[in-house]
Amino acid sequence: MKPVFMTYTKKDLINLAVCMFLSVLIIPTFITTEYWYTSILIPWLCLALATIGQQIVMGYTGQLALGAAGFMAAGAFAMFNLILRVPDLGFVGSLIVSGLIAAAFGILFGLPSLKVRGIYLMVATLASQFFIIWMIDKFGWFKNYDSSGIITAQDIVIMGKPFTTPLAMYFVCLAVTTVLTLLAMNMARGSTGRNWMAVRDMDIAAESMGVSLLRTKVQAFAISAFYCGVAGALFAFCYLKSLEPVAFDIKLSFKILFMCILGGLGTINGAFIGAAFILLFPVLLNAIGNNVFHGAIDATIISSIEQVIFGGLMIIFMIYEPLGMAKLWENLKQSIRLRLSSSGNKGLKSSAQKSE
Amino acid sequence: MAYERKFKIGKPILEVNNISLSFGGVKAITDTSFNVLEHEVRAIIGPNGAGKSSMLNCINGIYKPQQGTVSFRGQQIPNITPNIMAQMGLSRTFQNLALFKRMSVLDNILVGRKLHTKTNFLEVALQLPKVKKEEKLNRERSEEIISFLEIEDIKDTPVGKLPYGLQKKVELGRALATDSTIILLDEPMAGMNVEEKRDMCRFILKVNDELGTTMVLIEHDMGVVMDISDRVVVLDYGKVIGDGTPDEVRSNQKVIDAYLGVEH
Repeated sequence: MKPVFMTYTKKDLINLAVCMFLSVLIIPTFITTEYWYTSILIPWLCLALATIGQQIVMGYTGQLALGAAGFMAAGAFAMFNLILRVPDLGFVGSLIVSGLIAAAFGILFGLPSLKVRGIYLMVATLASQFFIIWMIDKFGWFKNYDSSGIITAQDIVIMGKPFTTPLAMYFVCLAVTTVLTLLAMNMARGSTGRNWMAVRDMDIAAESMGVSLLRTKVQAFAISAFYCGVAGALFAFCYLKSLEPVAFDIKLSFKILFMCILGGLGTINGAFIGAAFILLFPVLLNAIGNNVFHGAIDATIISSIEQVIFGGLMIIFMIYEPLGMAKLWENLKQSIRLRLSSSGNKGLKSSAQKSE
Repeated sequence: MAYERKFKIGKPILEVNNISLSFGGVKAITDTSFNVLEHEVRAIIGPNGAGKSSMLNCINGIYKPQQGTVSFRGQQIPNITPNIMAQMGLSRTFQNLALFKRMSVLDNILVGRKLHTKTNFLEVALQLPKVKKEEKLNRERSEEIISFLEIEDIKDTPVGKLPYGLQKKVELGRALATDSTIILLDEPMAGMNVEEKRDMCRFILKVNDELGTTMVLIEHDMGVVMDISDRVVVLDYGKVIGDGTPDEVRSNQKVIDAYLGVEH
């Protein structure tokens, strides 16, 4: 008999242990080239975090929002100003406060969701994208009146220790991402997540059960913006190492949207899979271009091909597997389990599980 | 009746006074009043388009009637919203199924426990002991409802994949999970076969009998309704044309005319 309720099943704990083992021990031991940390692992963790934010508002609460990069910019510039002006807060304190500032913007720009939905909401949330970037550009205070346009991010110092090597920054990102991912999973599986999904699937019924639409939607926008804000701060301080509003343009918002959809709407692990795919795919294409065709294909053509493939994949996933790569991954695991256990004469049992 | 009811029918718990509702120029309900007594099974019947569902939507706060008031336990409710009514202890099902399609049966029913969930998102994120305790209680209650409705074998299935009759059951389960004092059922037996209908009647009566929940149900099939309800109100063209016990209603000439048609 199954236990009535446990926060984590044995499987979850094993998954967590495997992830931690890989990311804390295996990756630092075997990957020694700086390139992997600075160009792939660090942005992967930052963007995955932002994608979790997008998942909360879009995948779980069903609100079509498009402005993740705007909230990331808010978080990044808040971080810069907090470290500059309130040094006593420390890195972790500043990170949390930056997230909260982004969350405040999230609440403000989430309010239209009470009146409009679908594609109209998407247009309304675009306002956050443009407003935040405009605000940072317009008022010099946010950039400490720096005339060059690009500000160098301060060094990360936690408890008096500098975290400046790529490996150290990777660990900072990993720690923040792990903690926030666990919190997001708890919310998604608990009563909070059920309220989100109830609003997504049938808002009028949710309201009749006592779920407040106002509170649930605004809460989802706030939490989503918090995640994006923290991700933006990490993105600026660990990956870009500089701050410029242009880095957080609409293209980044779209990238996060793609990660969210390809990874699988309404899944947390999908955020990591989607982010990895979108980041690694261009690397792979370039490698193919260089090694198979020996540079015969122009780099601009390769980046165009990349866009075409992304677009095609989006359509294919939307039609055939709306739950995205996270679902494909589940299916793959299921079929492997099926094959393994069928040799042990348990085939029937696991196929029954599969149909569940 | 031969048997003694555990919960005796009491005072009016819900009163609808002079409700009028129109959409543009179309009058859906005209000056309608009736009441519901505590612990009774009350049916609202009437031909198609009589304004039955609109009536339920007015009581529940989805529609705002142009005139009239709704009182709950003798207290007039000024600004009705579905949320306020849920908090006052009124829950409902919908005519065209309003389940959370991508969530499992258990999760759907757990959403019904919303008003018994006091922890906030931060506490849930941190999985504080009181969150675990509350979640455990909510799950136990939901499991009870699931076994009461005899749907244990589908509790982990996404609701969207279930056949219609089962979805109706899940919706009843979700309404039950709220532990409301009064449940509005909008055509709980529509589109069901005889056996499913009989099951549904059994559940409705059992809930009313064991928990004392006041049931208000809409049907346009008179047969079933007459057997299970204590009192029936009949609507036609948005007006009350009959109100009383099933026998009274059955012999009411206006009701007979509305159902069978009348020569002009």
